[in-house]
Amino acid sequence: MQQKSFKETVLYGLLGLATTITLGFLFWILSYVIINGIAHIELSKLTPAIVTTVYMVGIGLGIAVPIGIGAAIYLNEYARPGKFVNAIRFATECLAAVPSIIFGLFGMMFFVKQMGFGWSILSGGLTVSIMILPTVVKTTEEALKTVPLSYREGSLALGATKLSTIMKVVLPSAVPGILTGVVFSTGRIIGETAAIYLTAGMVFRVPQSVMQSGRTLSVHLYVLANEGISISEAYGTAIVLLVVVFVLNLISYAIAGKLSGPK
Amino acid sequence: MDKLMRYVFMGCAAVTILSISIIAGYVVANGVPFFAHTDLISFLTGKEWIPSGHIYGIYPMLVASILGTLGAVTIGVVIGISTAIVLVEILPPSLSSWLSKAIDLLAGIPSVVYGFFGLMVIVPLINKTWGGPGAGSSLLAVIFILGIMILPTIIRMTEVSLRAVPKEYKEGALALGATRLQYIFKVQLRAAQSGILAGIILGTGRALGETMAVMLVAGNTALVPDSILSPVRTLTANVALEMSYAMGTHQQALFATGLVLFALIMAINLLMQYILKRAGRN
Repeated sequence: MQQKSFKETVLYGLLGLATTITLGFLFWILSYVIINGIAHIELSKLTPAIVTTVYMVGIGLGIAVPIGIGAAIYLNEYARPGKFVNAIRFATECLAAVPSIIFGLFGMMFFVKQMGFGWSILSGGLTVSIMILPTVVKTTEEALKTVPLSYREGSLALGATKLSTIMKVVLPSAVPGILTGVVFSTGRIIGETAAIYLTAGMVFRVPQSVMQSGRTLSVHLYVLANEGISISEAYGTAIVLLVVVFVLNLISYAIAGKLSGPK
Repeated sequence: MDKLMRYVFMGCAAVTILSISIIAGYVVANGVPFFAHTDLISFLTGKEWIPSGHIYGIYPMLVASILGTLGAVTIGVVIGISTAIVLVEILPPSLSSWLSKAIDLLAGIPSVVYGFFGLMVIVPLINKTWGGPGAGSSLLAVIFILGIMILPTIIRMTEVSLRAVPKEYKEGALALGATRLQYIFKVQLRAAQSGILAGIILGTGRALGETMAVMLVAGNTALVPDSILSPVRTLTANVALEMSYAMGTHQQALFATGLVLFALIMAINLLMQYILKRAGRN
C-alpha cells in the first residue's frame, strides 16, 4: 500500500512535469519573440508583406470558401451514401494529408509554368486555395450536421423548395460553424511558407496586381532568418505574426461563444 | 433552378477529387521519368547527392526524415498524451479551459516562427552545450522543433478521444476500488487508444511534411548523419532548397524526391483511415 501511493505520487509528478513542459515551451517562445521584437515593430517597413498577405488570404478564401461550402452542401444535403461520396471523402482526406511542399511543387509546375501565371500572387493564392479546401469542406459539413432536421422539415412543410430551404434556413443557421473554419483557414494561409515560396516568389514590394510576385509575412520572416542580415526586422515580423494568430484565436472564441450561447 | 444548383454543388464536391488527382498526376508524371536515369533502388539507397555530377541518391535525406520524425513523435507522444490526461482528468474545468486556450495558441503559431525560434535559441544552445560538426544545426535541433510543433495535434486528438470515453467506465472502475490513476492508465487510455493512435499518425504526417521550420535548423548537408549532432537535410528540404533553380534531370530528381515523400505520407494516411474505420466498427 505504501509503495503504491509512492508510485502514484511519482506518476502525478511526471504528468505535471509534462504539462509544465508544454506550457513552458509556449511561454518561452512567446516571451522570447516579444522581448526581442517589441522594439522593432515597424509596420510601415512591413507594408509590402502585409499587402501581399492580405491579397493571398483574399484569393485563397475567395476560391476555397464558395467551392468548399458547395461541396459540403452536396455531401450533407443531397448525396446518398455510395461510391461517389466515398470517393469525395477519400479525396478530401488525402488532400488534407498532402504536405505543403508538395502543393508548392504542384503549384509551381501547374499554375506558374503550365498556366503561365508566373511567380505571382495569383499562382500562390490558387495553390493555397486547394490547400485549405479540405478544411473548409470538413468544418462546413460539421456545421451543417448540427442544424436540426426539424428546421428543414418546417421549411419544406411551408412549401419552400429544397434549394431555398438550404439557402435561407440551413446555411444561415450554420454560419458560426462555417466562420470558425474560415478563421482557421485564414490562419493556415498566413502561416504557410513552403507552398507560397515556390509559387509566389519573394519579391519584396507592394504588389500592383495579382500577376506580380509578392512576399507574405511568413515568407518574409523565412527570408530574413535565412539571410541573417536584419535580424531585428525578423523579430518585428515574428511579433506581427504572433499578434495576428492571437487575434484570430480571439475571433474564433467569440464565434464559438455565440455558437453555444442562448439562442 | 433546383436541379441546376444540385449539379453546381455536385461539381464543387468533385473539385476535391479533381484536385488530388491532378496533384498526384503531376508529381507522378514529373517524377517517374527520372527513374530512367537512376533506378528506384539506387535512388533510395544511394548515399551521394551531387546534382552537378548527375549523382542522385536520397538515402541521407530518407534517414534524416525518418529519424527526425521518429524523434519528434517520441517527444510528442510522451509529453502530449501526459498533457492531455492532465487537461481532461486532473485539472478543474476552469483551469483546463485556460490550458486548452494556451494549446490553441501553440497550434496557431506559424511553423516559420518555430523555425526562427529554433535558429535563434535552440541551435546556439545545442552548439554551446555539445558543439558538433554543424555548430548546433543538427538532427537534434530538428527533433526538438518538430516535437514542439506536433504537440498540439497529439494533445487535441488525445483530449477528444479521452473525453469520448463513456462516463460509466469511470464510475465502474472507481466503484471497483480503482484509484484515479489506475482508471486513467488501465481503462481510459485503452478505451481511447484508436483516437490517440490517429492523433499520433496525424502528428507523424505533419512532422514528415514540415519544410521551412526544418530548413532553418537542420544545416541542410546531404550526408548520412553519424550522430544526433550531425547536420542533416530532410526530403522536404531537399525539394525546397533546389527547386527554384533546378533544370532537366535535376528537376526530375526533385520531383522523384517529392514522389517518395508523397508515397510515405499517403501510406501513413491510409494506415490512419484503416485504424479509424476499424475503431468505428467496434
